[in-house]
Amino acid sequence: MSRRLRGGPGSLLILIPCFNEQGAIGHVVRDVHRVLPGVPVMVIDDCSADSTIDVAEQAGASVLPLPHHLGLGGAVQAGYRLAFELGFQYVIRVDGDGQHSAEDIPRVFEVLRRSGVQMVIGSRYVRKQSRNYTNTLRGFGIVVFRTLLRPILGRWVYDPTSGFVGVNREALQVFSRSFPLEYPEIEALVVLQRKQFRFEEVPCEVRPRLAGVSTITAARSIYYILHVLLGVFVNVLKFEGGRRRRETSLYQLRTTLEEEAPEPEEPEQAFQPEPEPERGALS
Amino acid sequence: MDRVMTVLMILSISIIVMVLHSVRREHIRVEYSVSWLTSAVILLILSLNRDAVVWLAQLLGVASPAIAILMTVFFVFLFVGFRFSLRVSALKDANIALAQRVAILEFHIKSAHEQQKTANG
Repeated sequence: MSRRLRGGPGSLLILIPCFNEQGAIGHVVRDVHRVLPGVPVMVIDDCSADSTIDVAEQAGASVLPLPHHLGLGGAVQAGYRLAFELGFQYVIRVDGDGQHSAEDIPRVFEVLRRSGVQMVIGSRYVRKQSRNYTNTLRGFGIVVFRTLLRPILGRWVYDPTSGFVGVNREALQVFSRSFPLEYPEIEALVVLQRKQFRFEEVPCEVRPRLAGVSTITAARSIYYILHVLLGVFVNVLKFEGGRRRRETSLYQLRTTLEEEAPEPEEPEQAFQPEPEPERGALS
Repeated sequence: MDRVMTVLMILSISIIVMVLHSVRREHIRVEYSVSWLTSAVILLILSLNRDAVVWLAQLLGVASPAIAILMTVFFVFLFVGFRFSLRVSALKDANIALAQRVAILEFHIKSAHEQQKTANG
């Protein structure tokens, strides 16, 4: 079932990327509808082998089925592209495994709407008493990324790997054109920084997944860390390259303007103050 | 030394034959066979020209011409591999964009059909 979706002023779309989440997706969609009645929910199915599509549709979501498996970044970007084309102003992405509570979505939306920042992250670590269901290795990775991102972003980001993210239309436009394909959350922050966009973090609860197993195993966590480190490094290089190009083009523009500028005309005599006669001077 | 040259010659000829055969059967597109054929021809020329191998060994600063041949083979295939990595990356990007576009178009078509159905009662 693909409902008629059309964005308008202040419109919000909930985006849920999914891969083999038949056990949890129905509950996640119904939970969103309960908290935000009337807000459209779009499930991006990354070519699941199970009945994720049917379960999501039965729960009342629109589904964008991808023709083959693209990975998390490719699936999220497909959703961003569609949301941008349909004219939505705000998109909030939640995980399809039920780890994020729909009760937190209105708070993220409120900050996104009122603060004027381009991205709002639902963070597990802003509020200290939040329970954490992350494994030790991934927890270590988060600390590494947090420390790494501090000088790049110019501020702390407590939960850089959160999959609970709201973006406004400006960020939507950027992400619909360019979005990291694997493990996109951290690199997306660097992409935003390149555009000089701002973000906020909002505390949220994270629950254990409702069904299935995470695709990020202990062995994959190491690959995850290396992949993200390289991705961030490359993005910083792009940022520096872009800045140098901008500075060079600004310098060239200034030089050209200075060369082409006409000689400054002598100001009209009428605007010149009358020279005061020197004291004691003889007239 | 002679044996290395012979092995290199057999390797080069095998690559040329394999690539030409694959091109003929349309398993490899002509533009992707160019890197392989160029590399194989360079190796074949080296295998037939002992003086060139000795000159190459002096150029690379290695004592044995056999090591010079191995180094050349290694770097030639490293270059070919890198070139194909670039190509595969570009293809992956294009493939992802295409898959996303197909999915979005399908979504629009499905929505339009449903709207039409609703309008027709």
